[in-house]
This record gives sequence, structure tokens and C-alpha cells, in this order.
Amino acid sequence: MYYIGIDIGSTSAKTAVLDENKNIVELFSQPTGWSSVDTAESIGRTLREKGYMVEDGGVVSTGYGRVAVPFSNKTVTEITCHAKGASLVFGMEDLMVIDIGGQDTKAILVEGGLVRDFVMNDKCSAGTGRFLEVMANTLAMRPDELCTLAKHGGNTSISSLCTVFAESEVISLIGRGEKKENIAFGVVDSIVRKVASQARRLQIGDRQVVLTGGLCECDYICDALSKELNTRVITHKKGRYAGAIGAALSGM
Amino acid sequence: MSDYVKMWEDLGMDLETHDALCQVLPTAFGDVYLSQENRPEGMGFWDFVVSEIHGIRPSELIEAQKNGQKVFGTFCVYVPDEVVIAANGIVTGLCGGSQFWVPGGEKVLPKNTCPLIKASVGARLDRTCPFFRIADIYVGENTCDGKKKAYEILAEDVPMHIMDVPQMKRPEDYDRWAHEIELFAGVVEEQTGNKVTPEKLAEAIKIVNNKRKALKRVYDARKAAKLPISGKDALLMMQIAFFDDPVRCAEMCNKLADELEQRIKDGVSVFPEGTKRIMVTGTPLAIPNWKLHHIIETSGAAVVCEEMCTGTRYFENLVDETQTTLEGQYKALADRYMKNNCACFTPNPGRIDDILRLAKEYNVDGIIDVNLKFCSIYDTEGFFVERALKEAGIPVLGIETDYTDSDAEQLKTRVEAFVEMLG
Repeated sequence: MYYIGIDIGSTSAKTAVLDENKNIVELFSQPTGWSSVDTAESIGRTLREKGYMVEDGGVVSTGYGRVAVPFSNKTVTEITCHAKGASLVFGMEDLMVIDIGGQDTKAILVEGGLVRDFVMNDKCSAGTGRFLEVMANTLAMRPDELCTLAKHGGNTSISSLCTVFAESEVISLIGRGEKKENIAFGVVDSIVRKVASQARRLQIGDRQVVLTGGLCECDYICDALSKELNTRVITHKKGRYAGAIGAALSGM
Repeated sequence: MSDYVKMWEDLGMDLETHDALCQVLPTAFGDVYLSQENRPEGMGFWDFVVSEIHGIRPSELIEAQKNGQKVFGTFCVYVPDEVVIAANGIVTGLCGGSQFWVPGGEKVLPKNTCPLIKASVGARLDRTCPFFRIADIYVGENTCDGKKKAYEILAEDVPMHIMDVPQMKRPEDYDRWAHEIELFAGVVEEQTGNKVTPEKLAEAIKIVNNKRKALKRVYDARKAAKLPISGKDALLMMQIAFFDDPVRCAEMCNKLADELEQRIKDGVSVFPEGTKRIMVTGTPLAIPNWKLHHIIETSGAAVVCEEMCTGTRYFENLVDETQTTLEGQYKALADRYMKNNCACFTPNPGRIDDILRLAKEYNVDGIIDVNLKFCSIYDTEGFFVERALKEAGIPVLGIETDYTDSDAEQLKTRVEAFVEMLG
């Protein structure tokens, strides 16, 4: 028996397959594109090709497109899934999960592998992956390139929290001839400060802070967040799949 | 509601804009209310009132005005209805619960004003609310800065009386509020041409107390393990209570309570067993603001209580009926109204006590603290509310929202996650 978790986020769709001993046997992701339904169907085809019978049950979907998966047996919110998935990936039952997603950012306090408390940004996109994407686009770079470049910059701050205003700020920085790495630094710094202020609303205590979601693959964000929160923030190469893994666990 | 076109025209309403509202309301009501299963039969009355919301009650009010009665439009649970009723006046709530009216308010108000104030001002200035057109005078109160200043704008358009609600609860503040009520009685006498006598006021106090008792009976039925009524339906009853005749309101609520009490005996519930019980606390939910209740009740939970102005604050605590002099009665009224724990008071520990007490009485699994955007007093008080609840081991979710649907999916995720967290 296999357990399948599908996390359809605003930017990318992640799939995880676990066996009954909670071993992760399959992980893959793809862009969500413009249609969650098409994406779900494509995931279904891939799973079938790999020999997993999605019609046999055991499929749980999560993420903002969770209702768009026709072969899903159950939907669970990404907050519960990230908590469960992160507990498995990091091998810890008590932790604080920060998930920087495409359109929302969550801080989740996990106790005994279960959600104890959480905060989520409101409909504003400050401090989310979307913010990074827009700014990267303005700088004609990929988001991961921007993150890497940010490490080499400094001394620039973006004061607007609103993505639209922040974009005009970036444009005027470009106009002033500011170095690209300094602008990149300002962009990442803005995200990190916003995420940290959200996380601080929860009682972090001496819990291990972990970063999941798409941005966890950028080492610099992890470092900057550690500095801002004054505690070591760790990540994991399977971190971006935490939601999908948690969804698969929710089906057990 | 087409039968009322002539009446709306006579009221000087903007018919074209108002038509747009009349067209969307039935769909919204159908989606949110009529889709529920096994509703109490007694809700038929409120369904009917909603179906003619800008027609049936306004036409009664106009009829009453023809017979010489005066209509007082009010915005807040601190305005003592008893005084108006004693002078044979009528109290009505005013529109303010829909995004439909917000752009109208934004023409004159700063953008960081709460949607309730924006909608109220928009409903008046755009001439799309019959209650705002009918009222002979509006009675405002200084419960927040946004309202205080917005009343100055409204006062350019209509007669307005403002009651100075104290912002602290020292003994002298109770005296001052009793004096404010006495001043208000003078305004009411002048408007209506009728004297407020101890006999009339005693009668009015009984009428409003009976209404409070009836509303409370319905709320008490929501304390049952098997919920006989949805939170949405109870909210609707509550919202319309601000507009209805108080005697009829009590009669209808008592009838509904009879049915609910019978349902409890028969073990009839509108939710499956094990449904998580949520109390909402915070800023008011004026009709037709059903957004949060709908999200909660379509996310696997039920709303069992509202610690809000459109909730327990409206009916908890009765006015002492034994007073026989006006002085004693004004004092009794002041005592009752000052028991309301609005965030406009500083400090306001009574509200925390209320929330903790209600959480027990209604056996809640979790609390959602909801604030209308830009309501700084409730937003700030949320710090104490959430801290006290966490200390008491009651899960709490803080939400800030407005009347638009743009955050509905986001809210749904948060509410669903909260319900999942409750286990």
C-alpha cells in the first residue's frame, strides 16, 4: 500500500509517495501553470506511469489547488500538512516551521507532531515567494539567482511592504545606478524581515526553527533568517516537499 | 421586492443603484442560507423579512410616521431604546453590512476607515438604504474616532444627536452616562412631542427586557451538545432584531426558542456529532455580513456564540424594573448599558471575563477573534484576548477582514487549518 500526497501551490505542484513504513519513495514537482485541474491530471498520468494506481485510494491533496484534484480522497490544509511533513523530514516532533510559499507565508508551532498554533500572512503578498518573483523579474533574473546574488550585496533597504510600491522602489534604485547585488540584498532583506516579524508572533522558545517551501533551497535566505530571528534556522533538501509529504501522511 | 418601487421613489432613493443591490441579495441569501439542511421552521419568519428587507419594515415605519410617530435611526448598542419607546418613538438599525455601500463612503472618508463606517456613510449619501431615508433623526455615539468624525459628515445631511459614551468605568462615569441618558430623553421628547413619564418608561423597560430574554432563550439553546440551530441562522435573527418591532421580535424569538427547546428534547441537530464548536468575538457583523459564519460552517465547524454587539452584548444583562422615578430609571438604564464591555473603554478587563465565561457556558472548542479592518481598538485589544485565551488553554485564531470576498479563500484555509488543529 502506498500513500500519495499532492500539494498544489500557487507556483509549483509537488507530489510525494510514501510506503506504509513512512519511507519516502517518490518525490517530483512541476509548475502549477494556469490550470490546477490540468496539473492534477498530469500528476495522475505521471503517477500511473510510475506504477501507482491513484484510483486505489490513499490520495490526499493540499495547497490552494487542493479541491482541483479529481482523484483525491481527502483534502487537508497546507498548514496541517507542512507541520506533519516537516516533523518527518527533520525527524523532530517539536519544532517551529516557517514555510515561505508562492502566495502565502506561514509560521507553524508544532508540538508532538501536531499543529499547536499558527500565523499566516493576510492577502498581501509581502514576504512571500511572489514578492521575490516580481522583484527578480524587474531585475531580469531568476528568483534563485537573485537569492544567490543577495549574499554579495548590502546597505540597501526596500521600505515599502506592498509589492507594487516595492517594485517602483526597485525601479528607482535601478535608475539611480545602484548595484544589482545591493538591490537583491534589499529584496531578500525585506522578505526576511517580514517573515521574521510574523514568526515572532508565536512563542518560538527553544524550538528548532526549520524552513520549508520553495525558498528553502536558497542558503542565503536561511542564513539571513537565522540572523534576524537570532536562532539557527535549518533546512533540508526535501523541505519544499514538506506539504506533499504531510499530505501523504494524512492519508495513513 | 418590486412592489415597493413607488415607496422607494417617494423616499428619494437612487432606484437604479438600489436595483443592483436588490438583484444580488437573493442569490447571496440563497447560497448562504437556503442551502442549509433541516433548518428550524421558525426561521421562515426571518427568511421572509430578508426577502423583503428594504420593503416590509420600511413600509411599516412610513405608516407609523403617518400616524405621528417618529423614527430614530441608531448605530450602536449603547443607545437606550427604552427612552425612545417611552415617548412612543420607534428605533431602527441602519444599513452598513455590505461591500455594496463601501465605495459610496470612500468618496468622503479616508481609506483607512473601517468598512462598517464606510458602508453606513455610503448607504446614506448614495441614497440606497430606505432606513437611512426614513429616519427622522439619527442617534450617534462616540464609541470610536472613525464614527465620531463620520457623524459630523452625516450631520450636514440630516438631524443628528450624539451621545457621549464614557470611555472609562469609574463611578463618576456611571453618573455621567445616566446624565447623558437624561439629556437624550430631552431630545426624544422634543422630537416626538411626547413626555417621557416614569410609567411609560417602566413599560418600555419591560418591553426591551422581554426582547432581551427572548433573544437569550435562542442563544441558550445553542449551549446544547446537539446544536438545534446553525450559527448562521442565529446570526440572522440577531441582525434583524436591530430593525424589528421589539414586541414582535420577542414573540418570534420565543416561538423559535420553543422549537429549539423541543429539538433539544428530541435530539435533533443541524450538525453531525463531533462538529467543533466555535465562538466568534470581536467587531459587529451587520446584515448582510455572513461571510465569516459561512466560511466557518462550511469548514467542518459550527458557530455556537457571538461575543459581539450583534450577539451577547445586545441582550445580556437586564434593566432593573423596580424603579419608579425617572432619576432611578435613568440610573438603572445607565447601570445596564455600562455593563456592555466595548473595546472603546480603557481598561476593559470585563470583556476578557465575558469571553472566558461564555467559552465555558457554550462549551466551545475554539475561538475566532475577528476584527474589521482598521478597527484599531478591537485590533489592539486582541492582544489581551488572545493572551488570556492561550493562558486558559483555549485555542484562538485571530482574523482581520473586511466586506470584500477577495480574501475568502485565504480565510477558508486558515479556518480549516484551525478546525484541523482542534483535532
